[in-house]
Amino acid sequence: MFWNPDAECKPIEDLKKAQYRSLKTLIMRLYEFNDFYRNKMKAAGVRPDDITCLEDISKLPFMTKSDLRDNYPTKMFSIPTKDVVRYHVSSGTTGKPTLVGYNRHDLDYWTESLARAMTSVGITSDDTVQVSYGYGLFTGGLGLHYGAERIGASVLPSSTGNTERQIELMIDLGVTVIACTPSYLIHMGDVAERMGVDFRRDTCLRKALLGAEPWTEGMRAQIENGLGIDAYDIYGTSELAGPMFTECAERNGLHIWGDIAYIEVVDPETHEVLGPGQRGELVITMLNKETFPLVRYMIKDVTAILDEKCACGRTSPRIERISGRTDDMLIIRGINVFPSQIEHVLLMNPSVNGHYQIIVDRVNSLDVMTLQAEINPEAFSDKMEDVVAIKRRIENDMKKYLNVSVKVELKESGSLPRFEGKARRVTDRRKY
Amino acid sequence: MLKKNIIKQLSIFVNNEPGSLASIALVLKECGINLKAFNIAESSGFGVLRAIADDPEGACRVLRERNIVVKQTDVIAVSVEDQPGGLFRIANIMGDAKINIEYAYAYTGRNGPSIFLRVDDPEAAAAAVKRAGMVCLSQKDI
Ligand SMILES: [Zn+2]
Repeated sequence: MFWNPDAECKPIEDLKKAQYRSLKTLIMRLYEFNDFYRNKMKAAGVRPDDITCLEDISKLPFMTKSDLRDNYPTKMFSIPTKDVVRYHVSSGTTGKPTLVGYNRHDLDYWTESLARAMTSVGITSDDTVQVSYGYGLFTGGLGLHYGAERIGASVLPSSTGNTERQIELMIDLGVTVIACTPSYLIHMGDVAERMGVDFRRDTCLRKALLGAEPWTEGMRAQIENGLGIDAYDIYGTSELAGPMFTECAERNGLHIWGDIAYIEVVDPETHEVLGPGQRGELVITMLNKETFPLVRYMIKDVTAILDEKCACGRTSPRIERISGRTDDMLIIRGINVFPSQIEHVLLMNPSVNGHYQIIVDRVNSLDVMTLQAEINPEAFSDKMEDVVAIKRRIENDMKKYLNVSVKVELKESGSLPRFEGKARRVTDRRKY
Repeated sequence: MLKKNIIKQLSIFVNNEPGSLASIALVLKECGINLKAFNIAESSGFGVLRAIADDPEGACRVLRERNIVVKQTDVIAVSVEDQPGGLFRIANIMGDAKINIEYAYAYTGRNGPSIFLRVDDPEAAAAAVKRAGMVCLSQKDI
């Protein structure tokens, strides 16, 4: 079943022609109207005339997260802010957030992308979809919400938290599809078991769209066998729009709709464009984005392009499941955190000296981050509650600025490892 | 001068890991620091070792050289005939004088049993103890 068969099954040659037309139009428009992008092209010595075929995209400069951060909040926008209809915000790498904006058109292709994706895994207007991603500044909740509404499904916007209530609602409303992080669904399964609820017997759940954090085929098997459902991978980041792309029912890579995005995979070191099947860093160009440019964006996720024809009949290229990051970003319960952000927040506190270690574990299917920090001798007190207050303050700051729950352990100064050259401050003990 | 009634306690930060306390004990031994009395308070993840040493100034210096987090804290030591009843009497004295006791621990030395007290105002506490007819020890009495 297809949501938009003309777009999804367009012959590959026609799709490539359409991609070239979109790219050319996009670059001409950006060169004319977007100061940020014109300056970037000038610095790279490229003009719109240099783009004469789809492959010429490799002449264009890369964009990175720092482009978004440096132009915070709206300096790289192509449209007046009065035409923006939605903002989403994610925390940036060094304290400054990353802000993304959408006009009506941007929201439309985001929703269209998810309508196609949901249809491709067999979700229809007969389904009831529980969206257990966070609603708010994070793109997950609202993105899936409008996607599911567009195909006419009934939407339960349960957001995150209060797992028992979520399970009760799932039973009472006959929820058939859930969208959340894979670790949250495993956690839900554990809580259900304690409540005496059997997913197979007591719920109508049959499918799950799982993403926002890395997971593996092993976790898929655990979820599917444990809960008696089919689980599908979903992918996207706020820079693109939000979660946008999923596997189809064939489960052989994620379809990246060619009329919406153009994908390349490059060597992380040399930035040379790699061929299909070769693993490297994903680079995405959003062909129809109007609010701000996203051209050859280095998303830092590791994958490979699968270009052989999919058995489902869709012609868009696919990417294999994301297998890692080319930077040190951590994903804690679906929230992206960089060690540099943790360091930035930690250094606001004069009671610690700035040496730290991060340890990430998975306890009862949920991520637990422990931050070990050295207490400053001057801040130390013989009174227990003074020292406990230092720990609490750091924990509260992490929650306030980064939206992550961190368990702080204070250490005596000099007890944590020192590094010459590249620091290795993160120990990720999670097994996927 | 009431100053002679103030005793310098060493407050040492201890990582709550197996062997941390042992390694601090080893450093104390290597540096020839003799502890007269001590008490350990623990919370999740860390602890505070509170100790009375012969030469608090010198002990502090050598511990800092070994990168150990240490602080000197003013406490008072009150001589008591028997510890349980003694602590009750002291608590009453402090209560009447509106002085807050942060923590207390007992010790028996060459001058008999006594109780160490960490209070918000040690000098006022020492004066109140004397007014009640009890005896505060000085550093050299320990
Ligand atoms: Zn397919």
